Amino acid sequence: MTTLADTQTDARIDPLIADALIDKRSDAIDRRIEELKRIKVAKPTIYIGAGTCGLGAGAAKTIAAVKKYIDDKRIDASVVEVGCIGLCCEEPMLDVQLPGKPRVSFRQVYGKDVDAILDGAFKNEWPKEKVIGQFRTDGVSPIDGLPYFDEHPFLKPQTRWVLANCGQMDPDSIEEYIARGGYKAFLKAIHTMTPEQVCKSILDAGLRGRGGGGFPTGQKWLMAQKMIAEQKYLICNADEGDPGAFMDRAVIEGDPHRVLEGMLIGAYAIGATKAYIYIRAEYPLAIQKLEIALERLKAYGLVGTNIKDSGFSMNFIIKMGAGAFVCGEETALMNSIEGKRGMPRPRPPYPCESGLFGKPTVINNVETFANVPAIIANGSSWFNAVGTKGSKGTKVFALSGKISRTGLVEVSMGMPLRQVIEAIGGGPANGKKFKAVQIGGPSGGCIPDQKLDIPIDYESLKEVGAMMGSGGMVVMDEDTCMVDVAKFFMEFIQSESCGKCIPCREGTRRMLDILRRITRGRKSESGTDALTRFKGIMVIERLAKVIQDTSLCGLGNTSPNPILSTLRWFRNEYEAHIFERKCPAGVCTELRLFRIDTDKCIGCGMCLRNCPADAIVGEKKKAHYIIEDKCIGCGNCKDVCKFGAVELIK
Amino acid sequence: MTTTEQTLEDIFNKHPHAHRDSLIPILQETQKAFGFLSRESVVAIGRHLDLPTSKIYGVATFYNQFRFQGIGKYYLQICRGTACHVKGSAGLLAALKRELKVDEGQTTRDGLFTLDVVACIGACGLAPVININGEFHARMTPDAGVKLIRDIRKKEEAK
Repeated sequence: MTTLADTQTDARIDPLIADALIDKRSDAIDRRIEELKRIKVAKPTIYIGAGTCGLGAGAAKTIAAVKKYIDDKRIDASVVEVGCIGLCCEEPMLDVQLPGKPRVSFRQVYGKDVDAILDGAFKNEWPKEKVIGQFRTDGVSPIDGLPYFDEHPFLKPQTRWVLANCGQMDPDSIEEYIARGGYKAFLKAIHTMTPEQVCKSILDAGLRGRGGGGFPTGQKWLMAQKMIAEQKYLICNADEGDPGAFMDRAVIEGDPHRVLEGMLIGAYAIGATKAYIYIRAEYPLAIQKLEIALERLKAYGLVGTNIKDSGFSMNFIIKMGAGAFVCGEETALMNSIEGKRGMPRPRPPYPCESGLFGKPTVINNVETFANVPAIIANGSSWFNAVGTKGSKGTKVFALSGKISRTGLVEVSMGMPLRQVIEAIGGGPANGKKFKAVQIGGPSGGCIPDQKLDIPIDYESLKEVGAMMGSGGMVVMDEDTCMVDVAKFFMEFIQSESCGKCIPCREGTRRMLDILRRITRGRKSESGTDALTRFKGIMVIERLAKVIQDTSLCGLGNTSPNPILSTLRWFRNEYEAHIFERKCPAGVCTELRLFRIDTDKCIGCGMCLRNCPADAIVGEKKKAHYIIEDKCIGCGNCKDVCKFGAVELIK
Repeated sequence: MTTTEQTLEDIFNKHPHAHRDSLIPILQETQKAFGFLSRESVVAIGRHLDLPTSKIYGVATFYNQFRFQGIGKYYLQICRGTACHVKGSAGLLAALKRELKVDEGQTTRDGLFTLDVVACIGACGLAPVININGEFHARMTPDAGVKLIRDIRKKEEAK
């Protein structure tokens, strides 16, 4: 019998789990399932968060230290590398589950902390400042004095459906996924439901595309299902190009089988025999997890020809993106798969009619697919009981930026945005004042404090000039300049614009020019520049409307959103830049001036040596001076001064 | 056959009877093998796929991933996504430019470091993030970034 530790690449299967899959039952099978679910464990089990976030924070050293500890002390323990649980700010995270005790989760366990934590755990000592919480476990008494993990303010308000398994189980183990009910929905679909019934179930559930478009998934599937063609395709858009979004990466790294099961069900529903996963090259760990997961699917006969005698055949192909944001757009993505430049196609015809290689194609986001198995397993009324009238179910957000607790958050639609920012995120970090939250990536907008009480749903966000988007939520505080944010997005969009249509290619260039002129210093201005600056800002709204109405694809027609939304809510910052030539937040370099505090300066000359504009004068050991007219506001002097003698004059 | 030709042969053998839709995977494997796309590789790929070199350059130059020049021993990618930007990645980039004395997309004269930017690595919760040869480093401050460079330099000099 294979043991938990043996699930590496390969075609080995666990006969008990293979039986469980086809609904056979026995005591041995039940015991095996319980063992895999790890509600209670027979030997010490140590979990380490090894997603990209965890590894970036140092989890590789933690894992090495744990392995060394159990080797040196000859302890028979299991080490399980799990995906992101979502509490990024506490990475690297380590959990210890001893036989007869609940699983306890620890924060920021670096390589050097491992010995002390494990020593303590084996002696039943749990240092409060390192413990995040203990898991509630049926039949196991809780440890006195430790908080519950699910009561952590970050986790308590969440509704974790898509993220249910992330950080809890070994993502490489299909056996663990099956033990937790995995692939039951897929087998139910192919053995007891017609493709049309599957589409209807998703339609009734009210699932809308989670990639940003918000199009009713069931409707898309029905349209493709009705098409008659000798070949149909299913595509999973795992490009996740929105800067600030990492939900899809975490789901694929933490629970890849959930996505694959959703895709299998989708392919059955529309009649596709080939499914592509288009994943960006910047996610090497996620790609690796997918490859392992596909090997395990093959081993259990859940993919290929005539799957489990159902008559349904399907195969997966992984395609890697090559670093183009526009390839997150559905038709550009298809062109990329076809080996062409990633340029969008005009619609109609829509992909459901003529998509990849000209055949009917359904393309959905990772999170959309991840919602599918639970809907088929639990029924559409289970799903649509949660959410608002127009937006059902949950949404996963990637909360980052100037906030106390960063990470992945899954909440029911309809939750007030303020609750996510304040209760879950803990409000702005370092005692700073909240300014805005940017939602929806480069297609979205910024929402100020006075609008934070809106419910999270597709329509409410549009009303305030933002967008659900893929789920990226970046929090900004008083030190963020909103004009700089608009310029940042415009620079990104301009460099990622494919160039095919004039409104986007030329229009985004014009908008960027206008923003650059506003943030340029007085010194580099020529005679007519001031006039052009005023004209620019008046022209922006008309320019934006033209770009929105005439661009070929979503990248172009949402490109004015960052400017429009910051102009709407932060007009005063724009006016300060345009009329007073000042940047209130102190960010726009050319509008800044620096001054040396002569009391603190000891004349070391570091600033002088690092000034790119030769704007600093001074003799050795005597206080230095910045010549205002020459200063370009780059801030090098402040960065290199070890004595805090350089001040920013805003 | 030269080693270059042999390496290319091995890649082509993994894609027999290949069509246009294998172009990007082949380009990716070629860059992985050589570090960049040389003219010789592009011509060979064109022969294998029966595509004109101009079409292949048209596709390769469209995507940010493809390079047409060699890179240094350590390929540094600084993330310039929204969260990283808001958390100060511009300052981190400026500090690294100062330390390495190169601009984005350039390699240091000793061939040790190539400095580049990437749109978003996807570890936004731990911004700012940099990627050195596939290893991710999170919560990077300008000082931490400079220290990382100096540590690598010391390690290389010790060899």
